[in-house]
Amino acid sequence: MNTHPDRQGIDRPITIAIMAMGGQGGGVLADWIVALAEHGGWVAQTTSVPGVAQRTGATIYYVELIRPQQRNSRPVLSLMPVPGDVDIVIAAELMEAGRAIQRGLISPDKTTLIASSHRSLAVVEKASPGDGRADSAAVLHTAGATALRFIHADMQSMAEAQGSVISAALFGALAGSGTLPFPREAFEDTIRAAGVGVNPSLRAFAAGHATVGSPEPQAAAAAAILAPARPPPPIPATMQGGSAAERAELARALHRVAADFPAEAAPMLHAGLRRLVDYQSIAYAHAYLDRIAPFAAIDSTPGHELTLEAARHIAVAMSYDDVIRVADLKTRGARFARVRSDVLATQDHLVETTEFMHPRVQEICATLPARLGLYVETSPRLCGVLKRLFEHPRRIRTTTLHGFIPLYILASLKPWRPRLLRHQRETAHIDIWLALAGAQSDQRLATELIKCRRLIKGYSDTHSRGQSKFDKVISALPLLAGRGDAADWIRRLRDAALADEAGVMLDGALRTVATL
Amino acid sequence: MAERSFAREVEDLRLGAGDVFRGEGILAVTKALLQSGVGYVAGYQGAPISHLMDVLADAQGILGELGVHFESSASEAAAAATLAASVMYPIRGAVTWKSTAGTNVASDALSNLASGGVTGGAVIVIGEDYGEGSSIMQERTHAFAMKSQIWLLDPRPNLESIVSLTEQAFELSEASNTPVMLEVRIRACHVHGSFIAKDNRKPTLSLAEAIENPVRDTGRIVLPPASFVHEQEKIKTRLPAALAFIRARGLNETMPGDIAELGIVLQGGMYNSVMRALKLLGLADVWGATRIALHVLNVTYPLVDDELIAFCAGKQAVLVVEEGQPEFIEQALNTILRRADIQTRIHGKGVLPMAGEYTALVLIEGIRGFIAAAMPGLLAEMHPGPDPRAQLASPAVQSLAPVVPPRPPSFCTGCPERPIFSAMTLVQNELGPHHIAADIGCHLFSINPPFNLGTTTMGYGLGPSSAAAFQVKAKKRTISVMGDGGFWHNGLLNGVGNAVFNKHDGVVVVVDNHYSAATGGQDILSSRATNAARSTQHPIEDAVRGVGAKWVRRIDRTYDVATMRDTLHEALTTAEPGPKIIIASSECMLNRQRRERPLFNAAVKRGERQVKPRFGVDEDICTGDHACIRLSGCPSLSVKDSGDPLKQDPIATIDNSCVGCGNCGEVSEAAVLCPSFYRADIVHNPTQWDLLKARLRRAVIGFLQRRRDTGRLVLA
Repeated sequence: MNTHPDRQGIDRPITIAIMAMGGQGGGVLADWIVALAEHGGWVAQTTSVPGVAQRTGATIYYVELIRPQQRNSRPVLSLMPVPGDVDIVIAAELMEAGRAIQRGLISPDKTTLIASSHRSLAVVEKASPGDGRADSAAVLHTAGATALRFIHADMQSMAEAQGSVISAALFGALAGSGTLPFPREAFEDTIRAAGVGVNPSLRAFAAGHATVGSPEPQAAAAAAILAPARPPPPIPATMQGGSAAERAELARALHRVAADFPAEAAPMLHAGLRRLVDYQSIAYAHAYLDRIAPFAAIDSTPGHELTLEAARHIAVAMSYDDVIRVADLKTRGARFARVRSDVLATQDHLVETTEFMHPRVQEICATLPARLGLYVETSPRLCGVLKRLFEHPRRIRTTTLHGFIPLYILASLKPWRPRLLRHQRETAHIDIWLALAGAQSDQRLATELIKCRRLIKGYSDTHSRGQSKFDKVISALPLLAGRGDAADWIRRLRDAALADEAGVMLDGALRTVATL
Repeated sequence: MAERSFAREVEDLRLGAGDVFRGEGILAVTKALLQSGVGYVAGYQGAPISHLMDVLADAQGILGELGVHFESSASEAAAAATLAASVMYPIRGAVTWKSTAGTNVASDALSNLASGGVTGGAVIVIGEDYGEGSSIMQERTHAFAMKSQIWLLDPRPNLESIVSLTEQAFELSEASNTPVMLEVRIRACHVHGSFIAKDNRKPTLSLAEAIENPVRDTGRIVLPPASFVHEQEKIKTRLPAALAFIRARGLNETMPGDIAELGIVLQGGMYNSVMRALKLLGLADVWGATRIALHVLNVTYPLVDDELIAFCAGKQAVLVVEEGQPEFIEQALNTILRRADIQTRIHGKGVLPMAGEYTALVLIEGIRGFIAAAMPGLLAEMHPGPDPRAQLASPAVQSLAPVVPPRPPSFCTGCPERPIFSAMTLVQNELGPHHIAADIGCHLFSINPPFNLGTTTMGYGLGPSSAAAFQVKAKKRTISVMGDGGFWHNGLLNGVGNAVFNKHDGVVVVVDNHYSAATGGQDILSSRATNAARSTQHPIEDAVRGVGAKWVRRIDRTYDVATMRDTLHEALTTAEPGPKIIIASSECMLNRQRRERPLFNAAVKRGERQVKPRFGVDEDICTGDHACIRLSGCPSLSVKDSGDPLKQDPIATIDNSCVGCGNCGEVSEAAVLCPSFYRADIVHNPTQWDLLKARLRRAVIGFLQRRRDTGRLVLA
């Protein structure tokens, strides 16, 4: 038995753990590494515990490589990674890199971590009514602090750009890392020998290889994570279309933003103006500014948060999603182009689009002039008739004339919108909401009340549920009257309301408020 | 069948003497069966032994040449009963399944087989599903081996050992007239390695020759008085014969070490992990040399007393490494040494955990604890070994605990089972929560987010039976679920038949995805495809009506969420008595895509008109409420930044892995969610007529769009 210190690859195997999700091709990568090593005259062993995890769950492949000492010498290799004794960890997704750290597979004195920084969101992250996405920056920081070497880039996009799969880009990064004693050509020959999608795989391999040593892809990936893309609207703004009078009014609105509102809120106000001009009219956009003005006038919050949030939430509230809006958005030329690009259609493809609509009596009444709408809504007989006539699922093929034209006509109802039942209801709700916020002497509380509008989103049942959560949060206000921490409580209630769909957390939080 | 091809693996089965076989552990076992002159093979698929079944199912050519009969059994019970062929005839047979789940099912036949004993070698290849990656309850097969007196082999997890033990298992079985279990753990089944192949052998007596010349001996039939004789035979004849064989062949291995005071007795399957732990402690090297002597039990039942006594005698202390509980081997070893009056101290579960997988890290701790107790002086010579505990406790790593989300297995993109549970969620929104009895199969993923449906799972095909106690007068009915695999395995009789006979009132949903999808797409009775070697296309509907079910609905497109929902609603509310059976049927998308995608691509390449549907989300219509995701959980449906400062919450998005199953659209329609979803039918190689229509439409639509765009005031 040897007594001198272990030499990697001779006295101790090179150990590699591959963290992947089912269906990502972690097995392919493991097989490539084995083929590479065996071709180089090494002994390789791989194993995995796919089981049910192959159905989109997290799974791990483990490889050991060692150079035989003499002919017929048989090493005893491990069938599972030993935390603290893994040389290379390849993570095919960022949170899987985090999981490798949590399992102790990344050691500061030993482990090279090669990770794709892209995210494939877990169900719990996606299903949250608010923003349930995990904090990628935390994983990035911890990985940097924990691994001996941390190589990362968005290998998924890199591979997709070459028409290949992530394993090829990761294999490239592995080659580039220099952690395995095989030349680049040997890696490439392995891909060639596997014989599946060779050329795209080689290009993805090259892209992955290039991430190591050149700082750009890594910096780009890190920047994308650390500062998520929320581009501020460009200033100065430009105008297109409309009549000369409309453009003049829009110019006046832009001037109002510059003159009457704090500069910190300008990007948000521009976004609001853009949305509302598009949604209804320039006059409507001025009405928007009128609604924000009282808040801006008194705003002494840090960073003018009150104005900023008012600018955001009033714009969303005023551009409520009604059937006219949906019809308008669905029939635009720009939307047709976006669909083609979203589904990766090329010039050689035709794309037919089908929309899934389910009009309910409520929506139909809401799209009628206010008094008529109310009359119909309160008549069970008429409702019944409408229900039978209209209330069933509709599949509308917007790329055909008989699908497109009815929606196009529906969108042309826009000028009548202010007279419709829905508009009156939304306006009344906005007025009550803003009056409530405006009545608070505590500006932090006013800001939090403005932000509660975030709870109202979605359509039909989801919308009603949001509305009822909003009402519940607001209902706590009398209980909080005069409290210095009223703003904090409203924020907590709102966060609770966003935590789950049924409102279990919110009800719990409300019970707490009741005991204050 | 899912039409996956195992042609390459089948080629490996043809390797001859001297060729190097490279591949997975379970395929090495498969090859070893053929090298052993096996006459028949049967089994029930399931991880980690599915590939044995899959490859043999594709290997009709080789099996035909060798005269080997292969069956995909209806259940492990059927597979175990198949071994009856080796009772009277000197024909070698092998069966396989996932254990202990499969062994539970097979145990009736196994007990009878073990009682009467065998003439031809009878080997049971056990995929021991214990530890990480397992999908079943954590139990040991060891207890079954002991209670029925079936010998249990637990080879070292390298291909050479596994193959050698597989071959000798038949000989051991014949030498002792006892069936033999070959236990292969999950990682060993999936380990990639190599061994030098031998030629395949034909069975010495063919099955045809046997049935044409029947032999019988009532002494082998399990009926008094023979059964009492069997019990004596087991102890007086078969056990000594087995012990003699094990000794003579040296099936258990002793690896010497220079530290004379200590030793380790271990299960063969634990060998690599123990060696790695010893190496990391500085007590072994990677080439197999060890300072502490090892006694490797490649046969874990029966134990060979004198071998163990010889190993332990003269040592101060011996550690028993035995994964799982209870500690059968440790207890037995204590008894053996006590009877022999050997004073060697036995350590085992005192320093190692009683339950759970023995990872190398667990073993490092255990071995260190053993040495600290038995020979503390040695500690100074040892390496500390890796210890990630301090690092795992560091604030940086701890900060990830609330960050990294769990990622349990879930329904695949386009899975036809997803809409069933979307519909069930919608029905529950209306009628309130129900007691849902789940079953084994992919549909069990309903217990995970986003559906969170299902209360218990009691065994394969036992969903409806597990709701039996609740068939009382109440305001709500139970819903039970089972798959087509479970249905044919057990559910037709114990589920539906039982429900009809006992006048159950509950709802039974049979998820039919056209074959046994969860285990890899093997054919079953109701498979839709024709299979030259099997009789398929026997509808589940006929079967349930055949056992007397009256209220039966078949839904041939589960993606029709509204119909699914309405059918469930009707089943839960109808006045009709008896079980309400819903057969929800659509093909497994994972397997379907494996089959269809290459065909589609080839057709496109040939220039044929092909339409590929996929779904998308209009980003300006989505409000970021994620209601759609809570009713779906599809991997291709995710969220992304809206890019709009007015929308704080991320919006839904569908990536290019979408297979266009339609669930998104159907759910948003049935649940009246939102109009953001659209289906895009991408027409490849459009015809002249397609192009003409599109040109005309584009002219009109484009004109209208441009007209509106010019009038629209835009702030950019």
